[in-house]
Amino acid sequence: MFPDKDAGRENRFEAVVVGVSAGGLKALQVILSELDKKFHPSVIIVQHISPAADNFLPRFLNKKSALPVKQADEKEVIKSGYVYIAPPDYHLLVEEDKTFSLSVDGKINYARPCIDVLFETAAYAYGAALVGLLLTGANRDGSQGLKKIKEAGGLTIVEDPKTAEVPIMPQGAIKTLDVDHILSLRTIAPFLNIQVA
Amino acid sequence: MENLKNESIEVKLLLDAIYMKYGYDFRNYSKASIKRRIEGFLSQSGIGSISFLQHEILYNQVLFGKLLSQLSVNVTQMFRDPDFYSALIKHVIPELKKKKIIKIWHAGCSTGEEVYSLAIILKEEGLYNKCRIYATDMDEIVLQKAKKAIYPIKYIQEYTLNYNKAGGQKSFNDYYTAKYDFAMLDSGLKENILFSNHNLASDSVFGEMDIIICRNVMIYFDRELQERAFKLFKDSLCARGILCLGSKETIRISEYSDAFEDIVAPQKIYRLTK
Ligand SMILES: C[S@@+](CC[C@H](N)C(=O)[O-])C[C@H]1O[C@@H](n2cnc3c(N)ncnc32)[C@H](O)[C@@H]1O
Repeated sequence: MFPDKDAGRENRFEAVVVGVSAGGLKALQVILSELDKKFHPSVIIVQHISPAADNFLPRFLNKKSALPVKQADEKEVIKSGYVYIAPPDYHLLVEEDKTFSLSVDGKINYARPCIDVLFETAAYAYGAALVGLLLTGANRDGSQGLKKIKEAGGLTIVEDPKTAEVPIMPQGAIKTLDVDHILSLRTIAPFLNIQVA
Repeated sequence: MENLKNESIEVKLLLDAIYMKYGYDFRNYSKASIKRRIEGFLSQSGIGSISFLQHEILYNQVLFGKLLSQLSVNVTQMFRDPDFYSALIKHVIPELKKKKIIKIWHAGCSTGEEVYSLAIILKEEGLYNKCRIYATDMDEIVLQKAKKAIYPIKYIQEYTLNYNKAGGQKSFNDYYTAKYDFAMLDSGLKENILFSNHNLASDSVFGEMDIIICRNVMIYFDRELQERAFKLFKDSLCARGILCLGSKETIRISEYSDAFEDIVAPQKIYRLTK
């Protein structure tokens, strides 16, 4: 069994940032469909996706999740209990005042949106109140950002490469830093519900 | 946590110093993106801290020039967001046909790809000769490139696809001559375009426009600077003038929202109501 939620820790986390690439649709579906509807932190996701994908991912995931899922808007105030997805073809950044910014800077790690950009800016904005979660992918994106999250006092979680559809991205992170938790895909949502909510 | 806060102080002081010394005003840009680019510059140049960088650029103009080019994001494309151009063709071009002279302001035009994309559409619609296009940017280096209209050939395939998707009527290769690794755009496209320096953070109205196009510039501004720019646009438009923003930008968060109605909301094409 997971330990009981301890009251003192209840509000430690304000946000969970998630990075995912190849194999992401299924992984996100598994996690978001199991997150509790009272899940309190904001969830902010970068999925590497084709520039032409438009609003497909938020609409699809919104149907699967008990939490409202939407595309992150420019200058939007980040609210608790919401799931935000980076728009295709833009980098997504978190400002210190917990609002979103977008950018059309060139691709970084072959990607736009880039996971490191979200993770690094969120680490700065949220400090120890942030959880970084890196899932399946064929890319090295996200490792540097996860490292920054750890350095800022946040909690780092990586999907177990054994359950990842493509293990390269989680493996990269495990090599780059001493991650706090390595969890199988199916235990990630239960862990977040109990330890982070 | 404490040294994180210090970085925000250092960024602010650096931007103040840049403004006081060189007049470039980045003080109201979105901070997260500026900070990332400053940090990128630190690691490239081996300078140890933002404070030290501040000291260095005050005394070293060459170094400042390098920082400046790192701070500007000039990424652009021809016919980026083809749906935007097809919406223009369908919903804006027909009403322009009634006008005698069409004044267009392209703000934040970067290296010019977007301006020439529009010029191509206007040619195909038979409107180009009636148009006066003011293409502005605050960055002199990109303006020089824009005037040349020479672009790497490796992008042409993508531009051709975009052009076709946008509803181009001809063959895209009618508009350029390939030479080695470069594509030189047809000089006829330049005839009615005036490229000039204009800073949305500090300069003012310079004419009455029928259309203002400013795409992917507002995303780099904080809300305060956005409002300045939106006011400038509103004040620069003629009655029932048209404003086009980038696909992820919106007038709907602005205090000037009510002054504009939607023409094609998803493509961020608006019209002044009065
Ligand atoms: C990302 S590019 C967008 C180019 C083009 N409009 C597009 O969407 O492809 C942003 C441009 O805005 C310019 N810019 C940034 N701040 C500006 C300001 N205060 N005044 C005028 N131009 C500015 C930059 O120099 C850059 O060329």
